[in-house]
Amino acid sequence: MPYLGSEDVVKELKKALCNPHIQADRLRYRSVIQRVIRHMTQGVDMSGVFMEMVKASATVDIVQKKLVYLYMCTYAPLKPDLALLAINTLCKDCSDPNPMVRGLALRSMCSLRMPGVQEYIQQPILNGLRDKASYVRRVAVLGCAKMHNLHGDSEVDGALVNELYSLLRDQDPIVVVNCLRSLEEILKQEGGVVINKPIAHHLLNRMSKLDQWGQAEVLNFLLRYQPRSEEELFDILNLLDSFLKSSSPGVVMGATKLFLILARKFPHVQTDVLMQVKGPLLAACSSESRELCFAALCHVRQILRSLPGHFSGHYKKFFCSYSEPHYIKLQKVEVLCELVNDENVQQVLEELRGYCTDVSADFAQAAVFAIGGIARTYTDQCVQILTELLGLRQEHITTAVVQTFRDLVWLCPQCTEAVCQALPGCEENIQDSEGKQALIWLLGVHGKRIPNAPYVLEDFIENVKSETFPAVKMELLTAVQRLFLSRPAECQDMLGRLLHYCIEEEKDMAVRDRGLFYYRLLLAGINEVKQILCSPKSDPSLRLLEDQAERPVNSWALDFNTLVPVYGKARWATISKCQGVEHHGPELPNTTAFPTSGPLIPEENKERVQELPDSGALMLIPNHQLTAECFEKTWLSLKVAHQQAFPWQGAVHPDNLQMALQVVNIQTIAMSRAGTKPWKAYLSAQDDTGRLFLTELLLEPANVQMQISVKQSEAGTETLKSFISVLETVIGTLGDIKS
Amino acid sequence: MISQFFILSSKGDPLIYKDFRGDSGGRDVAELFYRKLTGLPGDESPVVMHHDDRHFIHIRHSGLYLVATTSENISPFSLLELLSRLATLLGDYCGSLGEATISRNVALVYELLDEVLDYGYVQTTSTEVLRNFIQTEAVVSKPFSLFDLSSVGLFGAETQQSKVAPSSAASRPVLSSRSDQSQKNEVFLDVVERLSVLIASNGSLLKVDVQGEIRLKSFLPSGSEMRIGLTEEFCVGKSELRGYGPGIRVDEVSFHSSVYLDEFESHRILRLQPPQGELTVMRYQLSDDLPSPLPFRLFPSVQWDRGSGRLQVYLKLRCDLPPKSQALNVRLHLPLPRGVVSLSQELSSPEQKAELAEGALRWDLPRVQGGSQLSGLFQVRFLRLAFRPCGSASPHKWVRHLSHSDAYVIRI
Repeated sequence: MPYLGSEDVVKELKKALCNPHIQADRLRYRSVIQRVIRHMTQGVDMSGVFMEMVKASATVDIVQKKLVYLYMCTYAPLKPDLALLAINTLCKDCSDPNPMVRGLALRSMCSLRMPGVQEYIQQPILNGLRDKASYVRRVAVLGCAKMHNLHGDSEVDGALVNELYSLLRDQDPIVVVNCLRSLEEILKQEGGVVINKPIAHHLLNRMSKLDQWGQAEVLNFLLRYQPRSEEELFDILNLLDSFLKSSSPGVVMGATKLFLILARKFPHVQTDVLMQVKGPLLAACSSESRELCFAALCHVRQILRSLPGHFSGHYKKFFCSYSEPHYIKLQKVEVLCELVNDENVQQVLEELRGYCTDVSADFAQAAVFAIGGIARTYTDQCVQILTELLGLRQEHITTAVVQTFRDLVWLCPQCTEAVCQALPGCEENIQDSEGKQALIWLLGVHGKRIPNAPYVLEDFIENVKSETFPAVKMELLTAVQRLFLSRPAECQDMLGRLLHYCIEEEKDMAVRDRGLFYYRLLLAGINEVKQILCSPKSDPSLRLLEDQAERPVNSWALDFNTLVPVYGKARWATISKCQGVEHHGPELPNTTAFPTSGPLIPEENKERVQELPDSGALMLIPNHQLTAECFEKTWLSLKVAHQQAFPWQGAVHPDNLQMALQVVNIQTIAMSRAGTKPWKAYLSAQDDTGRLFLTELLLEPANVQMQISVKQSEAGTETLKSFISVLETVIGTLGDIKS
Repeated sequence: MISQFFILSSKGDPLIYKDFRGDSGGRDVAELFYRKLTGLPGDESPVVMHHDDRHFIHIRHSGLYLVATTSENISPFSLLELLSRLATLLGDYCGSLGEATISRNVALVYELLDEVLDYGYVQTTSTEVLRNFIQTEAVVSKPFSLFDLSSVGLFGAETQQSKVAPSSAASRPVLSSRSDQSQKNEVFLDVVERLSVLIASNGSLLKVDVQGEIRLKSFLPSGSEMRIGLTEEFCVGKSELRGYGPGIRVDEVSFHSSVYLDEFESHRILRLQPPQGELTVMRYQLSDDLPSPLPFRLFPSVQWDRGSGRLQVYLKLRCDLPPKSQALNVRLHLPLPRGVVSLSQELSSPEQKAELAEGALRWDLPRVQGGSQLSGLFQVRFLRLAFRPCGSASPHKWVRHLSHSDAYVIRI
C-alpha cells in the first residue's frame, strides 16, 4: 500500500527511539513504540527502524518487550541479518526465572520466520518441552510444529515425535491439545497424528477437563479412530452423549459429526442423534449472530436432504423477518421449500406469498421461484397463487411467474390448462429478456389453447426492430413457426413479415441464420417442418431427475460441520477444483477416446452378461415397458432394498450405458445428460414372475463411485442378488473401458 | 487453525492485523477481503468467502469486521463462535468494543491476541486465565465516575434514580482495578430477551419467539460463589408444571458450563462461581403460546385515494404492558413504496417523532406507558402515481409487527 509521507514518519520515529531522554522515560519510550506498531498495522513499512527496535527489546518492561517482539515477528523475514542480533536477548529471556517471560521469548523466537533461525531455537524448544511451567510447555509444543514447517519438507525428527506423543499424557489439558495439533502438522506427509486405542480412550477421558475449543478439536481428531468392536463403539458413544448438550454450538456439532461417522452402520442411531441436535440447531438458526444463523441454516438444509420430515413441525422458525439480511432470507426460503409437507403446505405457501410482494425485487423473485419449486408436488395450490400474483401487474413479479410457469408446464403437464388461462395480459408487464423468452415459448408451444396468442406474438413482431435481446428474437422465430403449424390462418402473414425482417434487416448473424433456416425448412414442405418443430410439449420424467431423492446420511456425514455445507456442494466442488489445479498443475483432460463404433462390450464379457440371466434364476423379460409416471409412483412407494457403490472413473456416456443396459434387458426411464453433475439415471426391469426392479444410479461430482440404489416390488434376496450382479457387470464393464 | 486475524473498521481500514502463520503471501489480505465483501453479488452470502485457497470468515460486531482467514476446511461453528468470543473478550478488556476503543488500545489488543492464539490455534479464551498474562492497561476515554448519571443506561434504559447503576458502570474494562484502588464488588445481571413476533394482516398471530439470556458481568474477586434464585414456578418443557399458578414456562434451557445445577431441580437455584468479565449464565427459548399477552398491538388502517395520490395510514398502537412498567425507545418502521415524496403527520403527543428515511416511515416513541394507546395519522404523497399504480403491492397487503430486543435491566 503506497503511503505518502511514510519516510518522514519513519525518520521522526527513528529519532525519537534514539533519543536518550525518551529512552530513560519508560512511559514515553513505550508510547513511541506503540506508534510504530500502529503505523505497522495501517500498512506503513516500518522496517526502517528495525535496529532501534532490537535495542528496545533489552528492557525489563514486559509490555515494551511484547510490543517489540510483535514488531520483530512481522519484519524479521525482511531483515534476517538484523533479526539475528535480537536472538541473543531472546535466548537470555528463555532462561528467565519468570515463566511468562520464558514463554513469551520462546513463542516469539519460534515465530521469527526467517531462514537460519532453526539452529538457535532447537535447544530452547527442547528445554521448553521439559519446563515445569505448563505455560512454557504449551508454547514449546507448538514451537516444534513451527520449527518443522520452517525446515520446509525436511524429514521428521523421530525423537521429537516420540517426545510429543509422550506429552499427550501431560497434566495440562492445553498442552495435550497442542501436542495433537503439533503432531498433526509434523506428520502431515504420513497422514497426520495416529489415534490408536489407548490414545483415543485417554483423550475421551480427558475431554471433560478441556475447554470448549479443546473439546471441539479433540472431537475432530477422534474422527479418524475406528473402534474395534461394536461394544467399544457404543461405549464411546455413551461417553460422548453429554457433549451433544454442550452450550457451545461448535462442540455440539463436532460431537454430532463424530456420532454420525462412528455410527455409520447404524442408521437408527444416526437419526436419533439428528433428533437430539435439532434443538441446538434451531436455537442457532434464530441466534442473534447472523453469521451463526447462516451456518446453522446451511446445515439444516443438509439434514433435510436426508430426512425430509425432520424440521417440518418447526416450519415457523424459518419464517423470515423484515430486518434480516438478504442471504439469510434466501436460505430460509430454500429451507421452507424443502420441509414442505401435507400438513404445513398451506401455511408455508401463505408465508411465501407474503414474500412475493417484498420491497426487494430480488427477494420477491426468489419467493416466486420457491413457490414454483413447491408446485412440482402441490401443483394446483401453487398455480392458483402464482396466477393471483399476476394480478398485481408488477414487472419483476410477472416475469418471475411466467418463467416459473414455463418450467412447470414442462414438468407437470397437468397444469397446462390453468397456465394457459392465466397468461393473457401478461405481456404488458414484461420487459426483461428472460421473461419475454419464457412468455414467447409458452405462446408458441401452447398457443392452440390461448385465444389471443397470435395477437400477442404479432405485437412482438411489430416491435422487433427495437428489440434489444437477440435471444428474444430467436425465441420469437421458433414460437411463430410453431404457432403457424397449429393456427396457420392467423399466423401466415406475420410469419412472413418476421422472416423477411430477420433475413433482410437483422444484423445479428445468429438470428439471421435461424431465420434463413426456417425459411428453407418451410420450402422443404410442411411435413418436414412438423417433424422438426413438433417435439414433445412436456417431459415429466425430468422431474425424477430434478427431484431431490433422499440421500443417505452417510453421503454427507463427512462434510458435516465443515465449510462444505456453508458454501454449498456445487460451489465447494469448483473451489476445491481450483485449489487442486493450483497444487498439482493443470490436470489433463480425459482424452482416452471411448470407442463409439465397434463392439460395446468386449466379446468375453458379453458372453458372461448373456449367460448370467440364465444361471442366476433371474430372467429379465426383454420388452418390458414402464411409463415415467408409473415408475415415479412405484419408486416413491417402495423402500430401498439394496445400496452399493461401484468404482467408476471419468464422465458417463449415457448412450453407451443405455445400449449396454438394453442388452441385458434393463430399460432406461430417465437419464441426465452427459457431463451433468451430479449425474443420475433411473432404470427399471422386470423378471418373468412380474417382479419389478427399480434402480437409481448416482454419480456425485467428487466421488469416484457409482452409487446404486435398487428397489424391488416384491422381496426376494436371491433374485435381488442376481439382478445386482447383472448391473455390476454392465457398470463394471463400462467403468473398465474408461480406466 | 487460523492463518490471519484482522479487525477492520466499517469503512475497511485495518485496525488490527495479525499474521499467525506467515502464509499470507503479502500484506494485502485485509484489503482483498474488503474488496471481495463490497463487490459481492447480492444473492451470495458474505459470511464465508474464498480467494484462491484461502477462506475468509467474518462476523460483524458493533460496526467492526472481525475476520479470520484459514486454508483448512474447518468447522464454521467453532470459528464463528471463536470470533464472537474474541469480540466479547475485547469488550471485556477495553471496556466496550468500537472503532475508537480498539485504536486507542492497539497494544492491549495485540497482547490479548498473542495469548489467545498461538500459531493460529486457540490457547485459552477465559477472561480469568488471561488476566494473569495481560500487562497493558486499557485506555478508557472517560474516567469512570459514579456521579455521571446523565447519559443513557444499559441497553437503552434511562437512568433517573440513584438506585439505578450509572450508565457506564458495566462498560468498563475488567482490568482497570489495578490502578483504581476503590475496587467495587459489583455484579451486573441483565436479563435480555429478544422477542420476535409475526402478526398476519388479519391480526392473527403467526409466530412468537422469545429468546432470553441471563448475562452476568462480574467484577467480584474470582472464586466467590454466587447463587441466583429463579422463581419457583419456573418450569421447562410443556409437560412439566409447578406450583398452582400458570407458572413461567420455557421450552428449552441451556446453562453455562460453570453453573452447578444441584439445587436447580428442587429449589430453582443456580449456583456458580463466576469468573470476572462477561458470562452468559443461562439461555432459554420459548416459542408459540406465550403465557402473557403481547406487549404491543398495532391496529392499522390504510386508505388510498386514487385521485389525489394520497395514501392515508392510520396507525393505532396499544401497549399491553402492565401500567407500572413502560416501554422505551419504541420505533415503528413502515416500508413505503419507492415513489413517496412527502409526508404529513398528526401525532397524538408532542414528544413523538415521525420522519421519512430510506424509503420507509419511521415513527419514534421515546416512551410508552403500559395500558396506553397512541395513534398517528400520516398522509403520504406519491410522485409517480399518474404514471403507474406502484403502490398496489406494498403496505396494505400485510403489516408486520416486529419488536426486537426488549430488555430488562435488573440490578442486584
